Amino acid sequence: MTDQVQDRIGELVAGNDVLLFMKGTPLFPQCGFSSRAIAILDRLGVAYESVDVLQDMDIRQGIKAFSDWPTIPQLYVKGEFVGGSDIMMEMYETGELAALMADKGVARAE
Amino acid sequence: MPMAAAEIERMIRDAIPDATVTITDLAGDGDHYAAHVVAASFRGVSRVERTRRVYQALGGRMGGELHALQLTTDIPAGE
Repeated sequence: MTDQVQDRIGELVAGNDVLLFMKGTPLFPQCGFSSRAIAILDRLGVAYESVDVLQDMDIRQGIKAFSDWPTIPQLYVKGEFVGGSDIMMEMYETGELAALMADKGVARAE
Repeated sequence: MPMAAAEIERMIRDAIPDATVTITDLAGDGDHYAAHVVAASFRGVSRVERTRRVYQALGGRMGGELHALQLTTDIPAGE
C-alpha cells in the first residue's frame, strides 16, 4: 500500500463532511450493503458525497488499510470513521446516527 | 468457498470466549449469513471496536469469503 493512496484517501475524508465509500453510485449501488447505506443517508436527509471503489482498485484496497476495516461500504463523518452498513443501521434505528449528524453540524440535503 | 455457520461460530467463540453467537442463514445458500454476537466483554466498547474484534476473530476472511455477513453486536440483557 503506497503512502500516496493513503494521502489521497485522507484528503477525500478531510474534504467531505459526510463521505461514503461504496460499491457503485447512489443511483446504482452495486451491492446490497451499499444500497442499504445510501437508503439510510437519504432517509436522514443529509448532504453527502460518495466514492465508488469499483472504479479505483487502489482506493478499494487502500480504504481497508486506512480504516483497519475489511468491508465496504464505509461511512466517514467530519473525518471520523463511523462504521459499515450494519453499524449505520443500528445507529439509525436508535436515533444515534441522526444525533451524530446534528452534533457534527452536518448540513441537510437540499 | 463459503464458510459453514458452525465454523463462523467456532472462530468467534475461540477469540471471544464469553460470546453468545447466533448465526442465521439469510438466503439458505450457505453464503449469506447474519451473525449476532452478545458478550459481556463488549461493555463500554464502541460499536466499531466490537465489530473489529469479531472481524479479527474471523482472521482475514471477512470481506473475502465472508463478503455477505451481516453483523450486529450487543451486551447481555439485564446488565
